[in-house]
Amino acid sequence: MSDLFPMKQVMGFGVSIILTIIAACVYFFNLSFPITMTILLVTAFIQAGLQLVVFMHAGETNDKPAIYTNIYYGLIIALVTIFGTLLCMIWGYI
Amino acid sequence: MEYFERFAIPHPSQAIYASMVAIGLTVIAIIVGLTYFKKWGYLWREWLTTVDHKRIGIMYLISALLMLFRGGADAIMMRAQMAVPDNTLLDAQHYNEIFTTHGTVMIIFMAMPFIMAFMNYIVPLQIGARDVAFPRLNALSFWLFFMGAMLLNISFVIGGSPDAGWTNYFPLANNEFSQSVGTNYYLFALQISGLGTLITGINMIVTILKMRAPGMTLMKMPMFTWSSLVANVIIVFAFPVLTVALTMGTFDRLFATNFFTTSDGGMDMLWANFFWVWGHPEVYILILPAFGIYSEIISTFSGRNLYGYKSMVGSMVIISFLSFLVWTHHFFTMGQGALTNSIFSITTMAIAVPTGVKIFNWLFTLWKGKIVFTTPMLYSMLFIPTFTIGGVTGVMLGMSAADYQYHNTMFLVAHFHMVIIPGVVFAMLAGLHYYWPKMFGFMLNEKIGKWTAWIIAISTLLAFMPMFVSGLDGQARRMYTYSASTGFGLWNMISFIGAIGLTIGFILLVYNVIYSIRYSPRNVGSDPWDARTLEWATPSPVPYYNFAKVPHVISTEALWDAKYHQHELFPEPYEKIHMPNNSGVPFLLGCIFFAWGFSFVFGMWIPTILTTIGIFICMAHRSLEKDPGHYVPVEKVKTTESKLRGSQL
Repeated sequence: MSDLFPMKQVMGFGVSIILTIIAACVYFFNLSFPITMTILLVTAFIQAGLQLVVFMHAGETNDKPAIYTNIYYGLIIALVTIFGTLLCMIWGYI
Repeated sequence: MEYFERFAIPHPSQAIYASMVAIGLTVIAIIVGLTYFKKWGYLWREWLTTVDHKRIGIMYLISALLMLFRGGADAIMMRAQMAVPDNTLLDAQHYNEIFTTHGTVMIIFMAMPFIMAFMNYIVPLQIGARDVAFPRLNALSFWLFFMGAMLLNISFVIGGSPDAGWTNYFPLANNEFSQSVGTNYYLFALQISGLGTLITGINMIVTILKMRAPGMTLMKMPMFTWSSLVANVIIVFAFPVLTVALTMGTFDRLFATNFFTTSDGGMDMLWANFFWVWGHPEVYILILPAFGIYSEIISTFSGRNLYGYKSMVGSMVIISFLSFLVWTHHFFTMGQGALTNSIFSITTMAIAVPTGVKIFNWLFTLWKGKIVFTTPMLYSMLFIPTFTIGGVTGVMLGMSAADYQYHNTMFLVAHFHMVIIPGVVFAMLAGLHYYWPKMFGFMLNEKIGKWTAWIIAISTLLAFMPMFVSGLDGQARRMYTYSASTGFGLWNMISFIGAIGLTIGFILLVYNVIYSIRYSPRNVGSDPWDARTLEWATPSPVPYYNFAKVPHVISTEALWDAKYHQHELFPEPYEKIHMPNNSGVPFLLGCIFFAWGFSFVFGMWIPTILTTIGIFICMAHRSLEKDPGHYVPVEKVKTTESKLRGSQL
């Protein structure tokens, strides 16, 4: 039975529902902007990671190193771009 | 008739009307010619529907050369206008349109397809594959690029040319300041061809990671393949930024959003930021494959293996990362504080280090090598010193404090031309001479080739060195004229002479092609340069299945091992070969995308909706279609091979 029942996927589905509910909560509670954004960003990144690993099978084939290299590289480039943009458009802008 | 008034040119001149007539006559001549010589079927079967990476490569090559002449014509007009003070050859608006078109055409529609041509043609051959991973997508990439290029190219006769510079900075490019549809053309031409480039990027990465010959590990790939891999990784991460920025710009212009406006919450400098987040990696997308070609050529004609293979790979990987960290140096003067500028100054100078590593590796490859001065090698040798001038002035511009002096002057223009012409154009010309026998089965004439190389190199110096001086003297870029009292006249006249020299050089290149088609001997064999890598192990011109037997590789120089170290390259017996089928859908989809872009440019919504539906129908067709490809039987492979190789087998 345990071979047939996709425990991991069901768990993943449950967790992503919970994450969605948490994210939806910010609409109903009157939170300040920074806290709202923090909750949304954190749940969004966990959600994205969950999708990649559990439902898109990122680590289950021989391509695991290539896929993870790709993800980390993309993540670093994205963060550099975002923080660099913030740096020259807002924080460092006189 | 009112409906058609939108297609009129806002700022016409005799030259534009003459161009209209010329374009019309050319189209008629092509149609009549194709009909008269009964070539429609040939064109459709062999080229328009092809999914063969080699034919697609050649089509990229032809497009790149055509666009080189288009952009070159723009350049010579600009230089002629600037040659003497207070010239009235062009007015300000035409000058704006011409420098915009020149920049866009040269970067997006000349340099990009040129590197795509070599990547398409050479990479599968170098890794011992029979085609790219997704041949149908590859055809789609080409047609998207081609239709994007055509869309930009018709702008100056239908509706008006873009005129906000190739960087297309908003808010200047907003409806308020750029009222003609020119900027829409820019946005859609780049969007459509950028889509093609992104698809190629994914296609090439998969090809290189998944389709290498047995035994070829990542660290046994030839250097051009490595450089292509890194360049395509950069494409995949950089182009989405351009896509997003172009979409936002399009929304600003067509749907009255406020992304890049000065009011209503828009950020007026955000476009410049996004543009260069893409734009700086783009420079490395162009230059890395060019460096790859130099690596192949220098190693072949030095008669020895490439010095420092691992450091070459390492430096490219570092460049692929650093290239995303430097973009702010394009707008140091835009208003950031000293801290921000310093950070980007330092990253900019850091990127000179891996580039320097590559230069030293080439020099060490030459050292104690048996150097043969062929035309490709001559281009490579001319590249090193000229490129170094461009590189060193780049470090000067990279110092943010000093950049306030150089910013937006001809010094900058001189710098990037001195980087891109030796770095990319020389490499492409070197690659053209080097791979010509592989592509077409005969050599280009060496004597004319060397003359061309010297004329182009000297003219490049003549055209762009004076700009360093006039730039430091204060000549701003994109000025359409200047008064005699500024003293810029002499420098600009020298530049003009250099531009004429470049024109002569490129005409000589065309002459060389025509001359060689007529007179060059055809029996040059598969390996005329005594080269080292796999692409030379198959007959020239290459049979459509590339390799009759799958090659086995033990080092970075498979063919060299086979020729001089008793390595058995093809140990397997003949087997039937699986090949993809041709398809007309990519061409059709390209045409629909052209109509889609054109409708969007003029805000014609009914055609826009219809073409959008057409695009989705084409994609659905591909999803539902059954296309198992076809097999080439062993007998056919054997007869083709014995015909091509003759007694070599």
